[in-house]
Amino acid sequence: MNSLVKADIRKLGIAAVLFAAIYGMLETEIIGAFWELNLVLIMINIILATSLNMINGYTGQFSIGHAGFFAIGAYMGAIMTVKLGYDMPVALIVGTISAGIVGFLVGLPTLRLNGDYLAIATLGLGEIIRICILNIEYVGGASGLMGIPRLTTFPMAFWIMVAILFFIKNFKNSAYGRACLAIRENEIAADTMGIDTTRYKVMAFTLGASFAGTAGVLFSHYFFIAHPASFTFMRSFDILTMVVLGGLGSMTGSVTGAIVLTFISAALSDFPEWRMLIYSVAMIVLMLYRPQGLFGDKELSLQMIRSLKMGGKKNDD
Amino acid sequence: MVRTKRILSVLTAGLILTAAISGCGGSKGSSDTIKLGGNLEMTGGSASYGISSRNGIELALREVNAKGGVNGKKVTLVVADNKSEATEATNAMQKLISQDKVVGVIGPNLSSAVIASTAVSSAARTADISPMGTNPKVTVDDHGKVKPYNFRACFIDPFQGTVMADFALNTLKVRRAAIMIDNSSDYAKGLAQFFREKFEAGGGTIVGEEMYLQKDTDFKATLTKLRDANPDFLYIPGYYQEVGLIIRQAKELGLNVAMAGGDGWDSQKLAEIALPENLNNCYFSSLYSPDDTSKLNKEFVESYQKEYKQKPDVFAALAYDSAKLFIKAMEDAKSADPGKIAEALAQVSGFTGVSGSIKFDGSHNPIKAAVIIELKNGRQTFRTKVNP
Amino acid sequence: MDSGFMHQLLQQLINGLSLGSIYALIALGYTMIYGILKLINFAHGDIYMVGAYIGYVCTTIFHLPFLPSLLIAMAGSAVVGMIIERIAYRPMRNAPRIAILITAIGVSFFLENGMILLASPQPRTFSSEFSASVYHMGGLVINSQQIIILISTVVLMLALTYIVNRTKMGKAMRAVSFDADAARLMGINIDRVIGMTFALGSALAAAGGVLVGVYYNSIDPLMGMAPGIKAFVAAVLGGIGIIPGAMVGGIILGIVEALVSGFISSTFRDAAAFAILILILLYKPQGLFGKNVREKV
Repeated sequence: MNSLVKADIRKLGIAAVLFAAIYGMLETEIIGAFWELNLVLIMINIILATSLNMINGYTGQFSIGHAGFFAIGAYMGAIMTVKLGYDMPVALIVGTISAGIVGFLVGLPTLRLNGDYLAIATLGLGEIIRICILNIEYVGGASGLMGIPRLTTFPMAFWIMVAILFFIKNFKNSAYGRACLAIRENEIAADTMGIDTTRYKVMAFTLGASFAGTAGVLFSHYFFIAHPASFTFMRSFDILTMVVLGGLGSMTGSVTGAIVLTFISAALSDFPEWRMLIYSVAMIVLMLYRPQGLFGDKELSLQMIRSLKMGGKKNDD
Repeated sequence: MVRTKRILSVLTAGLILTAAISGCGGSKGSSDTIKLGGNLEMTGGSASYGISSRNGIELALREVNAKGGVNGKKVTLVVADNKSEATEATNAMQKLISQDKVVGVIGPNLSSAVIASTAVSSAARTADISPMGTNPKVTVDDHGKVKPYNFRACFIDPFQGTVMADFALNTLKVRRAAIMIDNSSDYAKGLAQFFREKFEAGGGTIVGEEMYLQKDTDFKATLTKLRDANPDFLYIPGYYQEVGLIIRQAKELGLNVAMAGGDGWDSQKLAEIALPENLNNCYFSSLYSPDDTSKLNKEFVESYQKEYKQKPDVFAALAYDSAKLFIKAMEDAKSADPGKIAEALAQVSGFTGVSGSIKFDGSHNPIKAAVIIELKNGRQTFRTKVNP
Repeated sequence: MDSGFMHQLLQQLINGLSLGSIYALIALGYTMIYGILKLINFAHGDIYMVGAYIGYVCTTIFHLPFLPSLLIAMAGSAVVGMIIERIAYRPMRNAPRIAILITAIGVSFFLENGMILLASPQPRTFSSEFSASVYHMGGLVINSQQIIILISTVVLMLALTYIVNRTKMGKAMRAVSFDADAARLMGINIDRVIGMTFALGSALAAAGGVLVGVYYNSIDPLMGMAPGIKAFVAAVLGGIGIIPGAMVGGIILGIVEALVSGFISSTFRDAAAFAILILILLYKPQGLFGKNVREKV
């Protein structure tokens, strides 16, 4: 137990150093405004990818409707600040909880389905959420909810991301997380072992949805607008791609996937016509060469680097 | 030893990455070129608007550079893709301003994308002209205050909706209108709203109102419903791709009433999609027609066709004018300083573009007359002119 | 009033039937590919778009008559489908299924954006010589093209059923679908069978693309996105992997959409389509025509 806490403190320390380094570069304008924006986007994508990984990677439930929960967070948060005049913390809490509630209500009936049937059902639910938003004039309908102040800052996004990453990491190592992993490996076996599979599936789904809601609040308060076109099934595909690219079931993989894809997309903005084409080829090629994702279901850790080093040494000889 | 080597190599990789990132930020414009930004829809659902606009801007800049540029400097265009989406537009705007150091930005065309992204350009005190951002809030904020750095080259929604309602009531003498609205476009919704207000105030009734979404192809179900409400006029303030299909399917279902829309109708493609024989007794309001006979426009249409093998649409024409407006402002200001350009834009006078003469009013909207164009067997013919 | 309602209902059913037969045409290919590879081929809707463009080039640029153009489009798309399978899917056959799904999404992006570069995003129109005649029957309106599309869908479905149930290749397809490894042991060339499945599925999609292109007279590079998703919904609705299921699923979906547009509001059309899908899945998880498969422990 003690060593676990120690490891956590060490990781927190690494996060603090990383934060200081990036924040320093931002303050001294070594990193310009464009990359600052993309850094925040990376943080948001990391939250989205790791939270989807809880559902798809840990619990093995194939969900492709994550954009719907992202949208609920974005809109609920914006309603709090723009329409009702509350502060950002209230927006964050309301956005998170309301996405969680919708996730719970949606998950309870649909998680009885499995495989591709669940996939298409979640895709449909994500679209239903978006179409409903499109028809609510109170939040601007097709024009989107405009005039949202930029309340998301880099430190806020960073530390919220770190908190969520810690939560997810500890969730995986908890009894709940192990139950989820058991469901992923073999649902029937898990059921026979006395695991209440519905409960854990809905739990993972609800938690994943609420974190997507948190990301939504950060997103709409950074980009000035919440617009239905930002939450189509293409967004869900994007998030899914990050998770699979990093390695399904690996949290550090999802983090890497989010960083790599956001970075590719930003770096390609100098080639506007070719951007999506190159992006799609990169997707196909990465999958062809690493179908299990960059990390498989392993976590990137100091041990892993160490073992890589052993491998490297052998090659040197 | 090996461990330190590893750490060192990781550190170097990190440094290279940082250098690469900050290196990207350091592209300073060389002193003999001026960079103009285009925050345009290059991919995604509205890619056709963005690509037309880019063509228009490129054509304008080529002409300017052929004549020696502005203030002795060449002007180049840097395009950033906004994927037809508001948050990506913000990202693209940030890139144009902080990475490419452009002096002014043209675009986006979608109102929601303009409103979101110009929060960035205004903070950086860089002027933006939106070719087709028709929502009133593009240039005026929520409290009714004019945004100092935002301009547009097109009409605002209220004007076009009102003009068509007047025309329908007084010239066509219709009283029972039905409306088909593109629910994914705030442009269409804006036009419909002001049409409805004016039409009802003038004694007409709206007998039916239906929504559709961009890229829909089958409207028969909705049109059947509208037909049974027995209208004598159909207002469709959308874009030509869907409008063409609507008109054709409406005629097929026997809905033979006068139909009208806004400048989103303005394309050769409308007649190709709807078929010419269906385009009779159809009208649209516009500020630009490729058949306009002014010398400037004839030259523009000719060189555009030569370059891109198609007739320019309203997105190309207004983007062309937006680019020329920037050039004019730079000449007036005798400077390429973003702040001075914005000031000069607000003062622009005596500017004539392919869509007519442009001067900005107090809310940074162009003061221009609208034309109502009638379609006869698919051919555009000038019907009447309405002054604001 | 009552007769007016009945009248509108009948017209909406006609509208729905014609829309639904288009979904069904795309869904047939979807369901075949799924049946054999268990792969949700998200690029299928884009192959439908590629087919429409090949048809456009044949009719509008080379001025070929309709039938040869249709056949060329089907053949061309079959080749495209086989190439995609060879390059992007075959190397992934033993990869996790979700990885193939991502590849399929990648292929879909590639086709869409490739076509934007190649043909510009502006919509294209078929030449007007293919315009339809309109029949009025007791106040109901039917377009000759709607009838052609419906008939083509039925004919293609029957042809497909024949191929799958009666030919040697069809037998091989069913064998691969049932158990690929066992089929290989029995001497079936799996690569060839899967390639053929893609060719057939893509040809069907292309037929749909050309018919729709002529019917609506407007094609663009993103035209496959929405029908692709809808066709998949239709395939799942009918029971994925089952050929008559795809047909029925497509037509139900089309009719639901027409009725929702006609009697509620077209803005909720898509939401209603998805809601019905979810409801059916909850009560009959294998789809309408699906067999109840007992899970193996």
